[in-house]
Amino acid sequence: MAIRWFYYAAPQTFYALAALLWPWLAALAAALGIAGLWIGFALAPADAQQGEGYRIIFVHVPVSWMSMLIYLAMAFWSVLGLTFNTRLSGMMTRALAPTGAMFAFLSLWTGALWGKPMWGTWWVWDARLTSELILFFLYLGYMALTSAIDDVRRADRAGALIAIVGAINVPIIYFSVKWWNTLHQGASVSLTRSPSMAQLMLWGMLLMALSFWAYTLAIVCYRVRSLIVERERHTDWVKALPEVSGVKA
Amino acid sequence: MNIYFTVVQRDLRLAMRRKAEVLNSVFFFVVVATLFPLAIGPEPAMLRQIGPGVLWVGALLATMLGLSRMFEGDFRDGSLENMLLSPHSLGLMVFGKITAHWVLCGVPLVILAPVLGLQFDLSEEALWMLSLSLLLGTPVLSCVGAIGAALTLGVRGGGILISLLVLPLYVPVLVFGAGAVQALESGVGAQAHVSILLAMLLPALFFSPWACSAGLRIALE
Repeated sequence: MAIRWFYYAAPQTFYALAALLWPWLAALAAALGIAGLWIGFALAPADAQQGEGYRIIFVHVPVSWMSMLIYLAMAFWSVLGLTFNTRLSGMMTRALAPTGAMFAFLSLWTGALWGKPMWGTWWVWDARLTSELILFFLYLGYMALTSAIDDVRRADRAGALIAIVGAINVPIIYFSVKWWNTLHQGASVSLTRSPSMAQLMLWGMLLMALSFWAYTLAIVCYRVRSLIVERERHTDWVKALPEVSGVKA
Repeated sequence: MNIYFTVVQRDLRLAMRRKAEVLNSVFFFVVVATLFPLAIGPEPAMLRQIGPGVLWVGALLATMLGLSRMFEGDFRDGSLENMLLSPHSLGLMVFGKITAHWVLCGVPLVILAPVLGLQFDLSEEALWMLSLSLLLGTPVLSCVGAIGAALTLGVRGGGILISLLVLPLYVPVLVFGAGAVQALESGVGAQAHVSILLAMLLPALFFSPWACSAGLRIALE
């Protein structure tokens, strides 16, 4: 059976798919989030060295993962958009950017809250913190550029290029832990060796990460629907939508 | 390759017709470097420590001033459109424009920085290292900045937008450029920093004209 890869690349079909998906994803995000927080705050034992203060890890680490992953997803959609010239790719990138910026900000903020009791300082100029901050700036730059260009097509393509250029930064963030041996502790979870944390803590963190995944997918579906309606408002199918008809363009 | 030298020559000649614009960014560099001792205080020990960083930040801002001029004039009088339509490689022409920008905005900084470094009481070795790091770093600034300049071409609020886009991407150059001088001063040796600067320069030289042409095509389509 031939898979029709591009079936959902059409805004019209994706609009319907997103409408179907986002409530389920949102519910999933809430359920996973509650389970993750319950494990993190109620079940997981206190850390031997860090006491109760370590519990912010259940938010901090997944949030940092998401902030990097979303930038990669933006770069992925940008490459697709520039090569196949699809309309939806630009909208996906645009829809991802605010969420990515939010996660980057949260990563810095929760990191500061964690750093104060553990290192005794809100902020250190170490490579990982600094590159996370740069990542946050990259998100802001992307949003500033796309919102400054009125022509939607040009804004999408220009944004795609800057997203790809900035994506070089994401691996630097990840490998900076190895390159610079500074105050920041090494990665807590590794695929190659057994994790340095209790099984229960790992579960809590993974559940939170999955919850943030579901949240991101839900909010992106939701936002893309708005973008689609806004950009395709001249088309007949949008005008025929029950939620649109009656509203003046 | 001919077209490359033609573009470089043309841009340099155009800049020489309006010398003030080129000199402005150089003066800006000098003024910024002078402000810091006035704000922080004249203690030589302190100045020695902040000198490399201050001069590097000044260089970063000074090269950025010239960025918006890189394509703006050609965009307005239509010659940029002709470049895009011409049968010659756009990448080579863009590379020519980047080179011209570096010669006009980067090279004066490389030459001036050691002189300003004297104000910061830097040692002779540190002054040489400062020049070397700027020599390797400023072409990267021109290369990366050109992409930002191409993308913000004709966009409202372009000047500030360039700095938002480009400054975060400048950070690694700044870290290793200023770091090279500091590493030398602290006795660690600057070889690693210089190697990394060089490692950033080569891919920048290779990829930037290509990305920049893509940016110009998007801006002018």
